Amino acid sequence: MSASSAAETEQYNYDIIKKFTVMAIVWAVVGMFVGVYIASELAWPFLNFDSPYISFGRFRPVHTGAVIFGFGGSALFATSYYVVQRTCQVRLYAPGLATFTFWGWQAVIVLAALSYVTGFSQGREYAEMEWPIDLLILFVWVAYMAVYIGTLMLRKQPHIYVANWFYLSFILATALLHTFNNIAVPVDLFTLKSYSLFSGAQDAMTQWWYGHNAVGFFLTAAFLGMMYYFVPKHAGRPVYSYRLSIVHFWALSFMYMWVGTHHLHWTALPDWASTLGATFSIMLLLPSWGGMINGIMTLSGAWDKLRTDPIMRFMIVALSFYGMSTFEGPLMSLKDVNALSHYTDWTVGHVHSGALGWVAMISFGSLYHMIPRLWNTQMYSVKLINMHFWLATIGVLLYITAMWISGISQGLMWRAFDDFGNLQYSFVESVAAMHPFYAMRAIGGMFYLVGMCLMAYNVYMTIRQGVRAAQTAAAPAAAAA
Amino acid sequence: MFKNFKHENVETNAGILLVFTMLAISAGGLVEIAPLFFIKDTMENVAGVRPYTPLESRGRDIYIREGCYTCHSQMIRPFRDEQLRYGHYSLAAESKYDHPFQWGSKRTGPDLARVGGKYSNEWHVQHLIQPKSVVPESVMPNYPWLQTTKLDISDVGDRLRALRITGVPYSTNAEEYQHNVKQFGETVAKTLHIPDAQKNLVAQAQEGNYDGDRSSVSEMDALVAYLQVLGTMVDFSKIKPEELVKYR
Repeated sequence: MSASSAAETEQYNYDIIKKFTVMAIVWAVVGMFVGVYIASELAWPFLNFDSPYISFGRFRPVHTGAVIFGFGGSALFATSYYVVQRTCQVRLYAPGLATFTFWGWQAVIVLAALSYVTGFSQGREYAEMEWPIDLLILFVWVAYMAVYIGTLMLRKQPHIYVANWFYLSFILATALLHTFNNIAVPVDLFTLKSYSLFSGAQDAMTQWWYGHNAVGFFLTAAFLGMMYYFVPKHAGRPVYSYRLSIVHFWALSFMYMWVGTHHLHWTALPDWASTLGATFSIMLLLPSWGGMINGIMTLSGAWDKLRTDPIMRFMIVALSFYGMSTFEGPLMSLKDVNALSHYTDWTVGHVHSGALGWVAMISFGSLYHMIPRLWNTQMYSVKLINMHFWLATIGVLLYITAMWISGISQGLMWRAFDDFGNLQYSFVESVAAMHPFYAMRAIGGMFYLVGMCLMAYNVYMTIRQGVRAAQTAAAPAAAAA
Repeated sequence: MFKNFKHENVETNAGILLVFTMLAISAGGLVEIAPLFFIKDTMENVAGVRPYTPLESRGRDIYIREGCYTCHSQMIRPFRDEQLRYGHYSLAAESKYDHPFQWGSKRTGPDLARVGGKYSNEWHVQHLIQPKSVVPESVMPNYPWLQTTKLDISDVGDRLRALRITGVPYSTNAEEYQHNVKQFGETVAKTLHIPDAQKNLVAQAQEGNYDGDRSSVSEMDALVAYLQVLGTMVDFSKIKPEELVKYR
């Protein structure tokens, strides 16, 4: 009773945000643990333990699902509900639907993981969920869209703040991509198994249109929304350039959707399609760097915060990784570079410099900013945030360095000819040569995971401290009543 | 109308923002995906490509179930080293019955687009049960359960019917069967007839004896049957390279 009356007097609906925040951290720990585990399987294959449930092929989508949709998704739900309420100065529209998005989304992550380990997969990267889970995602997403757009319509501010444009674009694009990439015919209504409607080249095109835009909208546009709110807010400075943010938004939204075909260079997809993808990939460098500059320059006049504030450091390092990987991406989309890099660990390294360096770090920064405000307290330990920062940074650097070396080595070994014009290396020689780098990658991942566990502990202590303070504050009031 | 149009109009009206954003994000997919269904040059016109037999198709299900695509590609690129290592570059036509495609994106292990016929059935069985026993440096997991698990063939008809809805020409009646005879020849057409799916599956497993054990049909039988057909459908000795160039 007291809880509900407290909620009524709250200016914003924080309850739903708190739920998503906690789950974001839970999924981060789970997803990163599975990531470290499968990385270790590649370095030390006995870890597969002859078990179907944790063999690499089934376990890998558990990792990608838990980190992208579990951690990333929950962090986006949490921050978008926070940002849209605070920038529109209004409570969330349709709180019942919002609660549904929470339980629905958590069910999606759990069901997806269970279905992968028991052997149900669509066989499409990052879209392995079978059709009933896809339908649940669709329902959750429509509810999310209704809550988000509904709240925008109710706003008390005439202007829709730039962060919301990015979140909106992410919500719309994800709906579009998810729907068209998952059109499938189920074997029957009582089994999870289905077959995709498209085949071969068309299916490949659709899947990578989805796959790259999962990166472009789920893992970029939405996290840019996060950046456009939390960086200026935390720095206490306005966004560096309003015009740049307009250009950034429209150029990014328009161009990203074209670039997926660079995953299909030199394949049986017609050349015109992959050339078009490469062209747009190069152009995309401009809005990406525009956005990065806009974020970093927001700090101008407050650079000293980098020395004293580890949260600010998370945000700025995130933006630096964003800049780095949006330079590396267009580079890898060039056909000549792609001929070397495709199918190698370089791709894996690139994804992780984006995911660990940009997506996760901007989320850490934003969550560390938001959590004390949600529970009306201070972070339990700034020192732990600082340790988290260094563990995470060292972890990413180890990871991507290992993958650069192994990726480029693989590419070069596969195409090496000896003096007689024969292939110089058998395939398995390249596998054997990767062992030290696979071990190094797993260790990098462990650093990152340990940092994440520190965050989980720090957040747990912060919440406990916030809840206790609220109880002591409420106690005299209750006694008086 | 457009003279007085400012960005402010967009950012103060959620409806306009929504519509403009929708337009911006729709263009790329429309231009790149839609034409693939209409342009004839997307798919080569080559003889030999046929839908998978019931046993191969069940093997493909297992390939997808175990997530083989997370480490193996099925798409050979037109480079000299790949030609030497794996064989002729992959044609779009070769995966036209692949629902979903399994081109993959990563080669932790080698490409499998033309693995069919390269190794014996015995080698595959041994390799899948314990890869290190034949390739000591391998980092591939062991798949011992494939040999010990009986293949579930109860719903193979339903599976092929679902594939038929997606456009794979499995036949359900005499008319469709005759059409397949014309297109693929009688031997192949028989294997594509859904009412005989279970019978055909068992017959192929018996005859092929992929897992070295004729007493029952295991998941190993199905997976090896699938691996052995990969990349073998097109006879490249009958195709002139210049005929393929225009499709690239």
